[in-house]
Amino acid sequence: MEQFLGFAVPGIPYGCTYALVAVALVLTYRATGVFNFAFAAQAYVAALLFTALIQSAHLSEWLAFVIAVVVVSPLLGLAFDRLLFSRIPNSNNMAKLVTSISLLVGIPALMQVFIPQNYYAPPSIVFNPNTVYFTLAGAPLNGLDMSAIVFTALVLFAMGVMMRLTPLGLQMRGAVESRRLVQLDGVNAGGVVAVAWMISSFLAGFAGILLAPNFSQVQAQPFLTLMVAAIAAAACAAFRSMAVAAVAAVLIGVATFTLQGYLPTQSFLFTSILPSLPFLVLVGALLFHPGMRKLDQATDPLASVDPPLPPLAAAVRTPAMGRVISVLWYVVLGLFIVSMLTWIPRDWESVLNQGLAFSTLFLSITLITGMGGQLSLAQAGLAGVGAFTAAQLANHLGLPMMAGMVVGAAFAAAVAVLLAVLSLRLRGLGLALMTLGAALVFDNIIQSSQTLGGGSGGLGPMNNVDWGSPFGLLNPNGHALFLATFSVLVVVTLAILMIRRGTVGRLLGAMRGSETAAAGIGINLTWQRILIFALSGAVAGIGGTLLVIQQGVANPQQFNYVFSLAFVVIVVTTGVTTVEGAIQGAFGYVIIQKLLGYAPAQFANLTFVLFAFGALTYAQHPEGILEFQKRRSMQRFEPLFERLFPGSQPDAGSQGEPLIAGGLSEEAVRG
Amino acid sequence: MAEQGPLLALRGVAKAFGGVNAVQDITFDVQAGESVGLVGPNGAGKTTLFNCVCGQLKNDRGSIEFEGRSLRGLPTYKRARMGIGRTYQRAEVFADMTVRDHLMVAERARSRAGRLWKDLCNMSRPTDEECEKVEGTMALVGLTELADTPVSALGLGNCRLVELARALAGEPRLLLADEPSSGLDEHETADLAAVLRIIQRDRGTAVLLVEHDLGIVAEVVDRAVVMDLGSKIAEGSFEEVMEDPVVRHAYLGQSV
Repeated sequence: MEQFLGFAVPGIPYGCTYALVAVALVLTYRATGVFNFAFAAQAYVAALLFTALIQSAHLSEWLAFVIAVVVVSPLLGLAFDRLLFSRIPNSNNMAKLVTSISLLVGIPALMQVFIPQNYYAPPSIVFNPNTVYFTLAGAPLNGLDMSAIVFTALVLFAMGVMMRLTPLGLQMRGAVESRRLVQLDGVNAGGVVAVAWMISSFLAGFAGILLAPNFSQVQAQPFLTLMVAAIAAAACAAFRSMAVAAVAAVLIGVATFTLQGYLPTQSFLFTSILPSLPFLVLVGALLFHPGMRKLDQATDPLASVDPPLPPLAAAVRTPAMGRVISVLWYVVLGLFIVSMLTWIPRDWESVLNQGLAFSTLFLSITLITGMGGQLSLAQAGLAGVGAFTAAQLANHLGLPMMAGMVVGAAFAAAVAVLLAVLSLRLRGLGLALMTLGAALVFDNIIQSSQTLGGGSGGLGPMNNVDWGSPFGLLNPNGHALFLATFSVLVVVTLAILMIRRGTVGRLLGAMRGSETAAAGIGINLTWQRILIFALSGAVAGIGGTLLVIQQGVANPQQFNYVFSLAFVVIVVTTGVTTVEGAIQGAFGYVIIQKLLGYAPAQFANLTFVLFAFGALTYAQHPEGILEFQKRRSMQRFEPLFERLFPGSQPDAGSQGEPLIAGGLSEEAVRG
Repeated sequence: MAEQGPLLALRGVAKAFGGVNAVQDITFDVQAGESVGLVGPNGAGKTTLFNCVCGQLKNDRGSIEFEGRSLRGLPTYKRARMGIGRTYQRAEVFADMTVRDHLMVAERARSRAGRLWKDLCNMSRPTDEECEKVEGTMALVGLTELADTPVSALGLGNCRLVELARALAGEPRLLLADEPSSGLDEHETADLAAVLRIIQRDRGTAVLLVEHDLGIVAEVVDRAVVMDLGSKIAEGSFEEVMEDPVVRHAYLGQSV
C-alpha cells in the first residue's frame, strides 16, 4: 500500500493542473458551446509571459503573476469571445471547432516569432520548490506540488461557489441552454458569456504557470499534453459536470504516475501505452459514456434563427466565367508541367514535388470534411500509416514504393474504417476528439518503436532499396519523381471529382445537409460514413507515401497529431469544399515554408500563423478565404464578362459546375 | 396473407422519456391507399409516434408492422426503403442542394443504383427516366419554377414542399406527413391538400397526416385518430371524432 501511495501521490499535483484546464473546458463548453482547444495555447502564453516578465523584465513574481494570469489571460479570453466566437452562428459547430483549433496551432507559432528566446523554468509561486512541506505516504510534497494542490483547490472551490450560489452562476447555467432565450428574459447574455470566457481563460493561464516550473524550459509541447489530459477528464464528465471533470483529472494524473511506477521502464507498455493513457481514457469515455453521444444535439430552441451559410463561390459564377477559369486552369497546368521539366532549379523542383504530395494528402481532408461533413483530426496519422507501411514493405520485401503505396493506402483505409466503426455513434465534437485520440495513440506507438518508426531519426531506405526510383522504370536523376507524383495526384483528383459528381457524392451531400432526413429517404448513413472514411484514409495513405518518397525518410515527427491539426487548418483556410482548395493550400504551405527558410529562424513557424489566421475567417467564409476572395474578384470582372458574353448572368439558382456534392445544374442533368 | 392485412399496424405502442409517457398503448391500422389523420393538441405524442414508426425512436413496448412485417430492430433507412416516406415538423432540408438535387438524391436513394465504381467510371449521370420522374414530382408539388434554386434561398413554406416532394420521389407506399401545412398560407395549404389527395388517388399512397389545421384534415383524410397526453382517445371518421365529447374536451377544455 505504501508503495502504491508512493507512486500515486506525485501524480496529484499534475492532476490538479489538468483539473484546472478540464474545468475551464467544461465551463466554456457549457456556457458558450465552444470546445476550446486553444486553452493549451493560452496556458503556454501565460507561462511564457510570466517567465519572460521575471527573467527578462526582472519583475517580481507577484507582479508577473498579476500581469500574466490575472490581466492578460482573461483579456485574451475576452478577445477570443468578442472578436471570434461571438460572431459564429450558434448552430455552426464546425466553425467553432475549426476556429479553436486554428488558435491552438497559430498562437504558439506566433509566440515563437515574437518571443524567440528560450526561457528556463519559472519559479513556483508562494511555496518554495526546494522545501519539502510534508510527506504523504512516503512521498515528499515540495513547493511545486503544494502550489498546484493548494491553488487548484482554492480556485475550484471559488468556482463551485460562484456557479451554485451567485446570480452570475445562475445566468451562466441559463446561457448553457440558449443564449438567446436568456436574453429574452432580460439577461445580458453576451456579458455572461464574456465573463465565462474570462474565467476559463484565467484558469488556463493559472494552470500554465503551475505546470511550467516542472519542465526545464518553457516550450509549447507540455501544454499540449496538459490539454489532452484535460480533454480526457472533461470527457469523463461528458463536458457537463465541473466537479466530475476535476476529480477525473486528478485520477488521470494519479493513474499515470502509478503505472509509471509499476511498469518496467523498457517495456512496450511503458514507452507506448503509458503516454497514451489520457487518450485511452478519452476514447473510452467517447465510446462508453452515453452523454458523449448527445454532445452536438441542438439544445437551443432558437437555433433555427441562425442565418443560412453564405453561397459558395461557384454559385455566383457565370457560365462564361466558369469556362474562362477552366481554360486558365489548363494554361497554368501546362505552364507548370513545362516549367518543372525545363527550367525550375532542383531545390525548387523538390519543393514543388512536396507540394504535389501534400496536395494528395490534403485531398483526404477535402473528402472527409468537405464532402463527408466529418471533422477528422487524424489525417496526418493515417498518412503515416500508409507511409510507414510502404517504407517497411520496401525495406524488407523490396517492394517498390509506388507499389507499396497501394498496400499502404489499403492499410490506411482499413485503419480509417476501424476508426469509423468505433465512432459510428459520434458526431461533430465527439468524432473530432475520437480521431484526435487515435492520432495521438498512433504517434505514441510509432514514435516509441524503433522497429516500426525507426526511432528518433525516422525510417530510411535499407537493404540497398532506392525509395526515389518508382518501379525502377524511370531515371531517378531526371524528373521521375515529379512525373510519378504528378500522375498520382491527377488520378486522385479525377477520382474525387468523379465521386463528387456521382451518386456517392450526392448521398454524402444529403448526409452533410441533414442526417435525419438522409436516413429518412433510405440512405444508409453507417455505410456512407465508413465509405468516406475508407476513401479518405486511402488518399491520406497515398499522400503520406508520396511525401516520404520525396523526403527520402519516413520520420514519425512529420505525421504527428500537431500536423493533423495544422493540415485541417490549412485546407479550411484555402477551401475545404473544393479540390483546388486542397491543392492551393498544399502549394501555399510548401512555398511559404521554403521562402521562410531565407528568413531568420524565429520566422520558421510563421506559415502556421498565416494559415491559422486565415482559418479564423472560416465562420464567415466556410467556403475558404481564397474561395471567398475569388468570388469577390470574379464579381468585379462580371461587368466586363457581361459585355463580352451577353446573357451570361446566372439565374437565381446555381449555375455552372457546382462546388460540392449534390450541386447538380440543369446542364449537368441533361449531360 | 400479408397483402390483405393493413399496410401499417400499430399494436400497443408505447414510448416513455424518463418518467414522461409520451406515447401509451397506441393501437390502430392504416390500410393501403387510405388517408388517416393523426390529430391532437400539442404534446399529444403524435410526432413521437411518427418517430417510432420511422425508427428514429425505438418504442419501449408494442409492435409496429408494415405490410405484415415487423419493423422491430430495423433502422430508419431500411424502413424508408420498405416504402415509408416522411416529412418533418421542423423542416429538414439539405442546405447545399437545389430543389432538383433533393429529388434526384431521393430517387437515387430509392433505386439504390449508386455504386462507387459507377461514379469512378462516370456512369452516374442521371438517366432520362430519372429526370422525367424528378420533373414529374416537381410539377406535382408545384416546384418546377424553383427547380434550380438552392433551398437555402427558399422560405419555410417552399422548404416544406421540397420535403414533401423529396418524400414522394422515394415512391413511398405510406407517407407520414408531420404538419406539412405549417408555414404555408391559405392558398398554398389548399394546393397542398390537393397534392395529398392526388398522391392518394393516383399513386395509391397511404397518408398518415399530423395536422393542427383541422380544415386540411377534414378535406384530406378518410379517417381520424385522436391522441391526447400520449393516449388514443378516439378513432373514426373525421366528423364522428370531432363530435366526440372526449375529443372536444381534450381540444377545448373542461368547460365545454
